[in-house]
Amino acid sequence: MALLQISEPGQTPAPHERRLAVGIDLGTTNSLVASMRHGAPETLPDEQGHHLLPSVVRYQASGNVTVGADALAAAHDDPLNTIASVKRFMGRGIEDVKRLGKSMPYRFAAGDSNVPRIETVGGAVSAVEVSAEILRVLKHRAEATFAGEVRDAVITVPAYFDEAQRQATKDAARIAGLNVMRLLSEPTAAAVAYGLDQSPEGVYAIYDLGGGTFDISILRLHKGVFEVLATGGNSALGGDDMDHAIAEWMMREARVPDDADHKTLRRLLRDARAAKEALSANDGVRVVVDLPNQGAWEATLDRMQLHALIDPLIEQTIAPCRRALRDAGVRREQVDGVVLVGGATRIPRVRDKIAEFFGREPLSDIDPDKVVAIGAAIQADVLAGNRRGEEMLLLDVIPLSLGIEIMGGMVEKIIPRNTTIPAAKAQDFTTYKDGQTALLAHVVQGEREMVSDCRSLARFELRGIPPMAAGAARIRVSFQVDADGLLNVSAREQTTGVESQVTVKPSYGLTDQEIEQMLRDSFTHAHEDEAARSLREVQVDADRLIEAVQGAVAADARLLDEKERAEIEVATNALRVARNGTDVQGIRQAISVLEVATREFAQRRMDASVRKALSGHRVDEFDTSA
Amino acid sequence: MLGPASHKNYFELFELPIGFAIDTMVLGARYRELARRVHPDRFAHASDQERRLAMQWTTLLNEAFQTLQDPIRRGQYLLSLSGVATLDDTDTQMDPDFLMEQMELREQLEAARSDTAWRERLAALSAETRQRMQSKTQEFQQALEQGEPGRARATNAIREMQFLAKMEREIGELEEELE
Repeated sequence: MALLQISEPGQTPAPHERRLAVGIDLGTTNSLVASMRHGAPETLPDEQGHHLLPSVVRYQASGNVTVGADALAAAHDDPLNTIASVKRFMGRGIEDVKRLGKSMPYRFAAGDSNVPRIETVGGAVSAVEVSAEILRVLKHRAEATFAGEVRDAVITVPAYFDEAQRQATKDAARIAGLNVMRLLSEPTAAAVAYGLDQSPEGVYAIYDLGGGTFDISILRLHKGVFEVLATGGNSALGGDDMDHAIAEWMMREARVPDDADHKTLRRLLRDARAAKEALSANDGVRVVVDLPNQGAWEATLDRMQLHALIDPLIEQTIAPCRRALRDAGVRREQVDGVVLVGGATRIPRVRDKIAEFFGREPLSDIDPDKVVAIGAAIQADVLAGNRRGEEMLLLDVIPLSLGIEIMGGMVEKIIPRNTTIPAAKAQDFTTYKDGQTALLAHVVQGEREMVSDCRSLARFELRGIPPMAAGAARIRVSFQVDADGLLNVSAREQTTGVESQVTVKPSYGLTDQEIEQMLRDSFTHAHEDEAARSLREVQVDADRLIEAVQGAVAADARLLDEKERAEIEVATNALRVARNGTDVQGIRQAISVLEVATREFAQRRMDASVRKALSGHRVDEFDTSA
Repeated sequence: MLGPASHKNYFELFELPIGFAIDTMVLGARYRELARRVHPDRFAHASDQERRLAMQWTTLLNEAFQTLQDPIRRGQYLLSLSGVATLDDTDTQMDPDFLMEQMELREQLEAARSDTAWRERLAALSAETRQRMQSKTQEFQQALEQGEPGRARATNAIREMQFLAKMEREIGELEEELE
């Protein structure tokens, strides 16, 4: 039989061609996009040369949406329609948002969705949509830089983000037209940027205090493998809280009434932040508060006073550090290095406290604002397949235990915190009534014993259980956490083998229908043609599959017999023909035909790869166990 | 059959001899080597099918590694391979002497809480717990090597090890709380 000729000129990228992929740091205060340029990871500037994009979005009555510095500049004149620090609201319910947002001026609309919306003159918007606006600007910035379409991205999230917060981030990317190759923990991204894997085996602590989130991760590095041993933090603690503490002090001292208008509050916050930043370089700073009817109040804020205001907040970061060390089974003196990440670690007091706790001077040579985006860009480059041979591997963990609700409102843990992901656990359930065909499972995340003290993630409704006597059915529910830390649930009745349908009702997340609606809205808003975008997306999927199959056949043709090879060839050609047409459904169908044709092949390749890894170990072990 | 399920047990997966004494350095090296091959990050551009397989493989690999890495979980796993389920505590019949010892340890833990020299007391308690764990581990290993006749003793030893591990954890938690 002749060799298969399944590649046509000009249809697949040449092997040396780099795939475009970006790393995005979607921050509370600022966001950045970075990518490989001229052989090194770099953050990308906008047309004015600014790398940091303030994470601020302004909605206007005209339907105009502004993002970044212009929106930030308008924040104090138009506080209700200018959304800042939206990351704090990601994956949160209306009650959380009211609590978190008490010092923010926004009006929240509950509606019938689980997801709170902020009312603006441009309409009510969810945190996911606001974040999507920020992502879209960064996507366009990268596209302008490279003069080409950018779809693939690695987006960073705080290590301590729970499942709902991660899902919300991924939803925002989808609405912005980005394909998330991986959600990467911010501290892990920083470790990658520092190239810590290049050093001999060691244990590192990454202390990441951003605008609104705090993370601590303990990593073990071993020749290109980053193994997260434990992580901890507080997803609602950051530099913003320091600004608030200073602003509240100014209000007390200047006797500003608590019910001052939004503009005054905004200005106070802005001045508080400026004072905090100035105190990093100076011992004292003049602060002025202008009051409409009382004249101006003026005072000096010195470092002593600043420390009194922010020490309680810094102290709140120490307990998670202790716990993470204990979870990692590492003593403080065993830590080989400490890395500082996040704008708030510029504050000398924070540095001193961390140096004191770990008993060593922390590393901070890379700009703490950029380090996360740079690490994300490196990981994006690896995932895009641009770095054969020098591949690193990141092994991350889930930050909070996953559990299910059992009798009496108690939680049974199914996957404990700091378990390496991907991870799965199967749990058997049974029916309590004769002929029962449905079952409800409530999944929560957290460390406490009572459901009411944990975060509710979702309710999974299992339907299609074959009717049997009470207690006779054995329904095995599988909880799978993927490499992004996202949960999937599937269920099967064991005695009959019948697969149940699982319907997910996220507690604080968007339903699929809501995301579809937002996608449609985003098309209208961007004057984009929905059909054209769907077609383009499915074509990209088709191309990716064709390329993957071609590569696999070229590498491992020996694992196929002639009949199988012919079948794959036919299916590949059919997909290629379909892909050049405009029938989205037809392309999807051709994709699934090719996937079926390659199913056995994919499994054989994976098995062969595992065998190969083990057959090589005798040579490597001298080296790796040294 | 193909796929992750085709590997009958975790020891075979890492090509390690079945037994309690393992070289954890070798285990770690083989885990990392396998993870490099099958991790979903290696398949970011592959078909959905291959990505699913990669996730299943890595899930198995993580579970197998974590099980073998931890002495108690490794012991439980070895017992489960011989048909003993140690995880359900339905027929917990502990040795009364051991239970007495546990109560004493617990009383010492509580007493340390209100002692000004809590640091020293917790350190001593921790050392004692670790020493007991060591001798229990030895007892477990000897019982396991006897095969069928030692099974009941091995099962008991592993349960007692679980108690001691819980004790160690609580000492750490109290230390953190008092710090």
